[in-house]
Amino acid sequence: MSYILEVRDLTQVYSAGTPFERMALDHVNLQVKKGEILGIIGHTGSGKSTLIQHLNGLLKPTSGEVLLDGKSIWNEKGKCDKNTRFRVGLVFQYPEYQLFEETIAKDIAFGPSNMGLSESEINERVREAMAFVGLDDSMRDISPFALSGGQKRRVAIAGIIAMRPDVLVLDEPTAGLDPAGRDELFEQILQYHKQSGATILFVTHSMEDAAKMSDRMLVMNHAKIMLIGTPKEVFSHTDEIIKAGLDIPEITKVMLELKNRGFDVDTSVFTVEDAIKALNAFKEGKPC
Amino acid sequence: MLKDITLGQFFPGNSIVHRTDPRVKIVLVIAMIVSLLLASGVFSYALMAIYLFVIIAVSKVHLKMVVRGLKPIVMIVVITAILNIFYTAGDVIWQWGFLHITKQGIYAAIEMVVRIMLLIIGTSMLTYTTSPIDLTEGLERLMSPLKKIHVPVHELAMVMSIALRFIPTLIEETEKIISAQKARGADFETGSILRRAKAMVPILVPLFISSIRRAEELATAMECRLYRGDVGRTRMKQLKICSADYISMTVSVIVFAGTIILGSFGL
Repeated sequence: MSYILEVRDLTQVYSAGTPFERMALDHVNLQVKKGEILGIIGHTGSGKSTLIQHLNGLLKPTSGEVLLDGKSIWNEKGKCDKNTRFRVGLVFQYPEYQLFEETIAKDIAFGPSNMGLSESEINERVREAMAFVGLDDSMRDISPFALSGGQKRRVAIAGIIAMRPDVLVLDEPTAGLDPAGRDELFEQILQYHKQSGATILFVTHSMEDAAKMSDRMLVMNHAKIMLIGTPKEVFSHTDEIIKAGLDIPEITKVMLELKNRGFDVDTSVFTVEDAIKALNAFKEGKPC
Repeated sequence: MLKDITLGQFFPGNSIVHRTDPRVKIVLVIAMIVSLLLASGVFSYALMAIYLFVIIAVSKVHLKMVVRGLKPIVMIVVITAILNIFYTAGDVIWQWGFLHITKQGIYAAIEMVVRIMLLIIGTSMLTYTTSPIDLTEGLERLMSPLKKIHVPVHELAMVMSIALRFIPTLIEETEKIISAQKARGADFETGSILRRAKAMVPILVPLFISSIRRAEELATAMECRLYRGDVGRTRMKQLKICSADYISMTVSVIVFAGTIILGSFGL
């Protein structure tokens, strides 16, 4: 089994030696398989954002290491390999606030031109990235500041996609979008995943989104990984999740309540479709 | 790196230093500066140093934070010391080419270094122990006589408190934008000065835009609460001089007087 990203014993301490000292990551170990979609869930301050900033070398580990394709991203001299940033594309929270160029195309081209690509190559990538996030090619020369919030976010995400990263990391990509915009953006991310084969990591607060989108889920709590596994595996630990103060999908709550009232149904379901199946199975007298 | 800025930082607490009226503290800081400038001789500086360390101890501000606040002025202190050592005339005790060190030069250098450090420690204790809101209110009340000659005192104080309020926010925002552009491969550290200046554009443009956005939002929020400037504005918390203020004033005035008297004798 080859892992594209590996995190070994990663520890991060902020403001070491001051009264504000705080451990943001506590000996975290993680293996990310090539081509998988990994949803990351956790409280504010549980270490999610710190973790993902380690994956492209924006933060330097206090101890431990991050391996990309089996090679540490930090060399012996303590410098981060520059290609890491291009291979692991990180989309920050509210990325629309980082736009700065006069036109959409120029802004998206910022990443690729930092890679030192030729003009025709950059153009090609800008076109491709715009198509992925559903921006029409005719919009190339519009100022990004003339766009709506949702469209600005697409431009920002396209700016990362244009670097053709092997791993795309998104920090709450749908925060502040309306339900339709959220579904559309997720759909586009899935589409990108399918076509490029890229590994996708995304941070979210919504258990529903994480369950629906990801192959595997990672639940963080108090700077540590609390649970990791397929959504089914993770939601078989609903007690622990609730104890950690996190929410579970509405439909799982319904099933738990049914069980509480004496109906022996499967409580590890997290989609309405599965719930219907589980309830039908229960009705036929063979609980699964 | 930006997080090291302690300027205008406030450490909440409930000590007598914290509870002293901001007006009293501002006036005392000015008095402290004057007496420091009039001090001369070991004992007058020692008295002032003891006074400041007692304030630090009583206010429970971490000594580390005070030291960190001194960091930005290290260069100024070093340059002042060097200039004083080499350019003071007097009894030469060491000479090499055109460079010479005099006894008076060394004394002058030590005096200047101590004076600057005490000055910075004293003034930073004001901002460490006074919340920005109290600070500006104190300033506004102290300068209110100027309203008679149509100086917009209230507006100036409001501008100042908003500016102070947004320093940490903007620092955080800047760090976020720097990280986001680094994630796109931006390079701020290598290349010629021109290149590096150009590399700042992807940081400055988003920063300006978000500042303007924040300003607009704040203005709307203030209007929603019917803010109309100074006229007819009342306060929930009135500043009142109380026992803590009398204690602070008495102790400080005695120390300052002592410093000046000792200084006038050159002790």
